Amino acid sequence: MHRGLRTSAPLLPAVLAFGVSFGVLARAAHVGVLAATVMSATTFAGSSQVAAVSVLGAGGGVVSAIVAALLLNARYAPIGISVSRAFHGGFARRLVEAQLVVDESWALSGGGGPRVDRGVLLGVGAALWVCWTGGTAVGAFAGGVIDPKAFGLDGAFAALFLALLLGQIRSRRAIAAAVCGAAIAAMLTPVARPGVPIVVATVAALAGLRRGG
Amino acid sequence: MNAAWLSVVAIGAGTVALKSVGPVAVGSRPLPRRVAELLGMLAPALLAALVVTEAFASGRSLVVDARLAGVAAGALAVVLRAPLWAVVLAGALATAFVRLV
Repeated sequence: MHRGLRTSAPLLPAVLAFGVSFGVLARAAHVGVLAATVMSATTFAGSSQVAAVSVLGAGGGVVSAIVAALLLNARYAPIGISVSRAFHGGFARRLVEAQLVVDESWALSGGGGPRVDRGVLLGVGAALWVCWTGGTAVGAFAGGVIDPKAFGLDGAFAALFLALLLGQIRSRRAIAAAVCGAAIAAMLTPVARPGVPIVVATVAALAGLRRGG
Repeated sequence: MNAAWLSVVAIGAGTVALKSVGPVAVGSRPLPRRVAELLGMLAPALLAALVVTEAFASGRSLVVDARLAGVAAGALAVVLRAPLWAVVLAGALATAFVRLV
């Protein structure tokens, strides 16, 4: 756990700043201080939270916001399985500790390889949780008086999603999925309610890939 | 319950469940190959769709505005192998700057 806290140190300022940005964005999308903070504390998966709040802020439906966020978090099922041998104890302990698995703690603890460093997994996860949730609360409070557009937060989150996307491109199939997803989202944006293009693009891209073999 | 709280509760409960699949429910037994492959393709498809809507969508129209500068700056930072925080900072600065001038 100690080692985990030390390992996470270089990440903490960035996660704190990201948490503040999410809080500001949430307020601009009419998500209250308490709701935004509770979301960070319980969901604790930044990109999905930004996606959901962006859909709500753009005037999209609540169903699209929820489905988009959960589709993005579906990766945590295989990720959790890849590190599950690091968990022990009863149901409640496993349930709580499982929430500390995020992309960063998973990667630093060995990326689901043969050796999972439990101390790093939980230590990094706990440190990030504190910064993310605390940052969100601060940002949501400040969000009442800050215009996220003046700070370029909308462009920053677009850049963030691009960076996360490039990190996911590890195969030809992943490239195909990304190209289809982008194309379908662009085509649907003029005709569908905000949020719907994201969800439909994802499902359609996957269906196309399956059929294409 | 309003839209914000409904999202908070549904996304929170769903994500807690997804994160618990391995550590609480199935252990280290791997998912069927087809299911694992499908789940692995969700993120690239969805993130690509998000890049398009976050960078170009304005309500129901596609527009080119200051956000494109942010995406370009972010892409440059990725190419230069900058850490994620620097990518996001570059995106924010470029967007804010272009909007200002």
